Formats: sequence, C-alpha cells, structure tokens
Amino acid sequence: MIQEGQARIPSGCAISGIFSKSGERFSGADIIQSITVMHDRSNGLGGGFAAYGVYPEYKDYYAFHLFYDNQQAQKECEDFLHRHFDIANCSEIPTKRTEGVTDAPLIWRYFGAPHTTRLSASQLDEREYVAKCVFRINGSYPGAYVFSSGKNMGVFKGVGFPEDIARFYMLDTYEGHCFTAHGRYPTNTPGWWGGAHPFALLDYSVVHNGEISSYDANRRAIEMYGYKCDLLTDTEVIAYIIDYLHRKKGLTFWEIAQVIAAPFWQTIETMPEEERQTHEYLRSMFSSQLITGPFSIIAGFEGGMMALNDRLKLRSMVVGEKGDRVYISSEEAAIRVIEPDLDRIWSPKGGELVLVNLEGGTA
Amino acid sequence: MGVWGGVYPEYEIARNADRCVVCRVCERQCANEAHEYIPEINKMAADDAKCVNCHRCVALCPTRALKIVKSGNTYKENMNWTEKTINEIYKQADTGGVLLSSMGNPEPYPIYFDKLTLNASQVTNPSIDPLREPMETRIFLGAKPNAIERDENGKLKNNLPPQLKLTMPMMFAAMSYGAISYNAHESLARAAEELGVFYNTGEGGLHEDFYRYGKNTIVQVASGRFGVHKEYLNAGMAVEIKMGQGAKPGIGGHLPGAKIVADVSRTRMIPEGADAISPAPHHDIYSIEDLRQLVYSLKETTEYQKPVIVKIAAVHNVAAIASGIARSGADIIALDGFRGGTGAAPTRIRDCVGIPIELALAGVDTRLREEGIRDRVSIVASGGIRSSTDIFKAIALGADCVYLGTAALMALGCHLCRSCQAGKCNWGIATQTPELVKRLNPNIGYKRLVNLMRAWQHEIEEMMGGMGINSIEALKGNRLALRGVGLNEKELAILGVKHAGE
Repeated sequence: MIQEGQARIPSGCAISGIFSKSGERFSGADIIQSITVMHDRSNGLGGGFAAYGVYPEYKDYYAFHLFYDNQQAQKECEDFLHRHFDIANCSEIPTKRTEGVTDAPLIWRYFGAPHTTRLSASQLDEREYVAKCVFRINGSYPGAYVFSSGKNMGVFKGVGFPEDIARFYMLDTYEGHCFTAHGRYPTNTPGWWGGAHPFALLDYSVVHNGEISSYDANRRAIEMYGYKCDLLTDTEVIAYIIDYLHRKKGLTFWEIAQVIAAPFWQTIETMPEEERQTHEYLRSMFSSQLITGPFSIIAGFEGGMMALNDRLKLRSMVVGEKGDRVYISSEEAAIRVIEPDLDRIWSPKGGELVLVNLEGGTA
Repeated sequence: MGVWGGVYPEYEIARNADRCVVCRVCERQCANEAHEYIPEINKMAADDAKCVNCHRCVALCPTRALKIVKSGNTYKENMNWTEKTINEIYKQADTGGVLLSSMGNPEPYPIYFDKLTLNASQVTNPSIDPLREPMETRIFLGAKPNAIERDENGKLKNNLPPQLKLTMPMMFAAMSYGAISYNAHESLARAAEELGVFYNTGEGGLHEDFYRYGKNTIVQVASGRFGVHKEYLNAGMAVEIKMGQGAKPGIGGHLPGAKIVADVSRTRMIPEGADAISPAPHHDIYSIEDLRQLVYSLKETTEYQKPVIVKIAAVHNVAAIASGIARSGADIIALDGFRGGTGAAPTRIRDCVGIPIELALAGVDTRLREEGIRDRVSIVASGGIRSSTDIFKAIALGADCVYLGTAALMALGCHLCRSCQAGKCNWGIATQTPELVKRLNPNIGYKRLVNLMRAWQHEIEEMMGGMGINSIEALKGNRLALRGVGLNEKELAILGVKHAGE
C-alpha cells in the first residue's frame, strides 16, 4: 500500500489550543481534556500536541525530537547530529505503555546547539543552519525523522487517538505556557508516526483542519525556496509557508494572514487607498502563497500563537478568553469543558487573524 | 497534371438548385470568384478550384442552398503516399515554389490538452458555487523582487517592478496591422479595453487611431522593427520582443507588397507596395547577451515603466532558453507552441518545426522552479489554445496567462480556411482590400470577442469552483488538479502529472 509521503492523503480533523498571555506555565492536562471532547472528529489514525515553554532548563538549545525505525538508523543519525551540533543532553523521551497506541518507533530527544565552526563555515544564519540539518536528516537518513526542532518547545505525536497519545507521552507531566493539539481523521490508513500532526519546523508548529485546494500550487512554489515536502500533507506545506513568510521574508503575522487568506478583491476595492495598496502588493508579490479551500489552523511560535480560517470560513473555529488565557478550538464544547465561565467567546470571520502574544514577549 | 491545371479540388461547392433563388450574394461575396452567374440559363455556377472553403457564401446564402463538401476524388489508396503528399508534389512540380500555408499546424500530432482531465471536490472538501461566492480571476504579470522593503515606519514599500493587471488570464496574441485589417485591430483593441485585458500590436507598428487604447495595448518589437519609435514604445503598457513564432520557428516574415497599402505603409514606416521582410533573426541579437542589451535598451527608452516580454517559439531546448531569458532582465516570457497561427508560413516549417505548447510549458515551468527563478518572470502560453479548458489546463501546468490568436479571429468570423497568405480574406480579417475590410464591423466584432472571453471566464470560474478553488492564483502550477489519460510514463513525467486512477 502507498505510505504517507508517497501520495497525498486528505484528512478531516479536530484542533485545539490554549495560551497564557502572561506566560504562566500550566500542565498539559487542560489541552488533553479539550481534545478528548472532540474524539469523534478523529479516527485513531493520528494525534499530537505542541507544547511551548516546556524545556526552560534547556531554553537556549534546539530541542530535537526524533523517530527512529531501528537502532541502525539511530546510530547513523546520531553521528550526523554530533557532527553538526554540540549535544548538551540526549535521552529517550519518556513514554508509558498505553492501550490503543501500538507500533511505536524509537523516540529520542536531543538538546543541541550548532557547532560554532560548522555554523560559521556554512555562512548561514543559525536558524537556517538548523532547518537545513532537519531537511537533511528527513531527506537523506532513511528510518530517521525529526519531528520537532524548536527551542523550549516540543511536539509529541503518534498514531492513535489524541487522548491516548497524550497518555503515552504523559503530557500532563509537562508544563508550558502554550499547548496546541490535533486529532486526525485521514481518509486512509497510513499508520506512520511522522505523518501525525502537529507539523513543526524550528519553533513554528501547525495544527490544521481542512483540505486545501491550492495544495500543489503552494507545494511547488515553496519547494522552489529550498523546502522539501516529504509528507505531502497540507499541514506540512502550511508550516513551511508560515516559516518562509515570517523567518525568511520578514512579514508580520498580520501580513502573513493577508497573504494566505487574502481578502477578496471586491473587498480590497472598497478599502482606503493606502490599505488597498498594501493588499494589492501582498497579493501580487506572494500570489503563490495564497491558500484556498477549507482550513482552520493554529500555529504556535516563539512568544505567540495565531489562528486563522480560510477566506470563506469553510471550517468551524471558535475563540474564548478568560483572564490571561486564550482558548481556540474547532468546537465550543472543547473550550467550555475546561473553562465553562468565559469572559468572551466568538467565532472569527473567514480570513480574520487571531493573534496572541506573550506580554512583553517577542513575535 | 490535368487539362484544368493543378490538382483536383479537395472541396466542392454543393448548391441545392431547388433552394437557390439566384440572388447572386455568393458571387458578390466571393473574392476568389468561385461563383459565377450564367445569364443564359439564369443559374449560378461554381469553380471548385477557386474555392478556399472559407464558408463566406455558405454563411450568407439566404436560402441555405450552399454547402461545401469533400469532393471525394481519390487517388489509389496508399498509406505512405497520401492524397495530400501527392498533391503537394504536383503543385511543386508545377511551380517550383515553396509550399505556403496559413494558421496553425493542422497535422495529427497528439493534443495533450485533450489527454488531461480535471479534478473536482468530493466529500473531504466542498466545491464552491461561483454564483454565490466570489470567484477571482484577476492576475498580475511581471517580475517579483526577491525581498520586501519597508520604510522607516516599518510600512511595506511597493518595490514591485511594473506589472500588468488583468481581469482574467487571457490576452489577444500578437497579430500585426498589415497581416490583419484595421477593423480587426479595432475590434481587438476595443474588446481588450472593455474586458480589462491586453491586445498585442504584432510587429506592424501601431496605427495612429489606436494610441487611445494604450492602456490595453502591448507593443511588439520584431526583427523587422517596423513602426518602432519612441512614442510607439511608450504607447502601450508593455513591450514585447518577438524572437520567434510557434507557427514558424527560425523563420522570418514576409508581408507581400500588395498588403502594404497607404495606411499600413505609414504605420510600418516603409514605402507603399514594398514587401515587408522580417529577417529570421534579429540582426542585433545573435546570442543571449545581446538579448539582454535589447531588453535594457527598451527599458531605458520606456524609463523602466513597462514590463518587457520576450516571446519565443517552443523549440526543443525551450527550457534552457527560457532560463536564459529569465536571467536577461525580461519580466515575462511568452511561449508559442507549434500549433500557433500565422498569416503565412512555409508549410514544411509550420507542420514540422517546434513542439507542442503543453510539453514546452510544463518543461519551462519545471526548469525555472528547479533553478529557483520562476518568480523572476511570468509565463504566457500560446499556440493552440482552443477553449476555456485548454486555458485552465495551461494554468494548472504552470502558465500565468495565455495568448489567444486563432480563437479570437474565429470570434471575428474566421472559418479557418488557412488562406490568409492570399490576402483575399472574405471575412475582412486577413486582408487590406477596402471592400473586404469593411465586411468586418468592429462594433459587432469587438462585442463577439467580449462574448467569447466572458463565456470562457464563466467556464473557468465553474471549473475552479468545482475543485474548491476561488482564486486563479491557487490554480497556477497546481498539477495535482490534472490527471493524464492514455499518456505514457515519459509524457506524464514531462507534464508532471499523474495518470488517472493514481
């Protein structure tokens, strides 16, 4: 049978995210509860979480999470990692045997900083160096797969229902200021752990519900800029687009939203001249990064979280606020279950950016 | 090879005597003088040998008494020496001349557009109803800079080089004033204006009456440099350098003196009645570095306000050539496939030189992406675009836009008789004879062009909606929207599409 990465597999999904604007760290228990409510939106073929602020003791190191098919793959990949990074710590990621989670690969975690001499010889900036190493491993080291590579953040994912995956990784033992979650409903049975979501590169992670109709236009455009779409999933290409527009092109998240879920021309025409020019510029300059078809996404990044619906809002997504917490989810019920008494709850319009930042934070 | 001279006519004028009222319309309408009134018997007669099968008489016969049928005369059947081949030999033995033809390559090469099918949404994502939701076909053509720039307040600066803005991804292809008539040009210009797209002057300069359509005009510079001066270059919104033409790659042009009437002569800046010869190469461009010089000469002349298009014929190494052009400072590359039309070309060249636009386009788009320079240029595909689905497929293969030549002429009345080189176009298109030109009424002609383009735009919107795409940008290069049917592995690989069922 065709495996993930060999063909494009559409998925339906559930997504959820929780963010503390004050940067207060809380346990993963809340996000587990939230995504569990939406059990029926996934089919047991993929679940995962991204957690930010979970590695304060190693916050200056890139945290690499890897899947290995076997020890041979691990050995070869570790050689590569040691050649390119000073590894401050490496260990197996703690897991717990869990019913409903089977065929787990070897799952390892490395905290590393780029080798200074290698980095300067590469003439790349540090993050580009790291990204290139990730692509190298995922493209050239069969049986090894980097699924998380940011600082002070980590992705935890696998094949199974999201609540089972959470138990497997003991996510409730982690504390962070931001969590996102994903339950997957793919339309076939790939059964590969790397194919679960979130999809992450550096500190950018994306959970996504939808099936974008612009996929191949986006993929072929982004691959021109040095990205390699190995998984052939929407989430992968969306993550790369966000990374490209933010890290490489220097667009703000508001501008990114105007590119990927651009307002319609008929709306742009009614805007004041200056605003109209900005939109016309962004749509013309980055026309290949426009995403069409249904999607709701939650993207995490260093210092913040954004959420966005497609321009027609063809997927449900609601946002709730309570104190310093912001909740975003495919369903209101998945927010109410953890915070019944919200200060505010609303459904963002299609293409309307929801952006939350750490107070005094970056982004 | 016969007492009547030449070869036996391939087509025959069939007249239904019961319906014919001897109104003599056919006689008046036929510039080839195929119809003749015989007063002695008060009947019409016809000389099939003079008939070019342009259907002018058929269309204007009030009693539908006329039709053109295959004459059915056959040689002894031979799969090697076909009737066409035999006739061509007889013709050349008679005249000692090069065979001449017009319009696009009619030979039975594979038409890849017809072997590609489109996708549609089912279950996992919704189709979008274009009658209820906005459906966007607006595009911009031009180079995209590498990086954004911001002013001191962090506001984005518009650092885009000049762009062409179109309401739909279609333009009228280059057809010169001279090759086609004043009324044909007027129709194209007015249609482009009404639609918010562009027409192309071709290589014959720009008639003074048409400067007012400048906002919807692309001016062309070809090897003959006819009618090229500073005012002309600045008259349109873009300048196109014509390096080649799909119908006759490697060949120049020859507009016979008979078509160089007073107005054409003034517009082209050549003497009346003189043959207009476009050399095969540009004699100031013998290599890519020379092209770069011309591109920048034109940009200097137009003060960097107009995008420069370089039009090339789709030949074997088109991808490498396009890559060179993309690095030459050009903003837009126009690729012209071997089915593209022409007012006159040597038949052998038209039928045997060049490659299909589908393969050329896919190859160029792939190569420019591999080299990371696809954003530096827009791609316009042309040469054999026959319908909205062809346009749709071309965009999915990687084109930004298409040029329409033959289809536009057909909207104006062309019946593809492929006799433009004779200059006696009964539809008033490919002629400079005043009484023929006036048969094409620009008030009607432009409206028919608008109708055709709007109809195709609607169809494109329907197809986009069906696959859940509501903006044409999301279709560009979206090859997963296509599947091949009946194509071999190599063809699929070049086109970059999967086979149906995969």
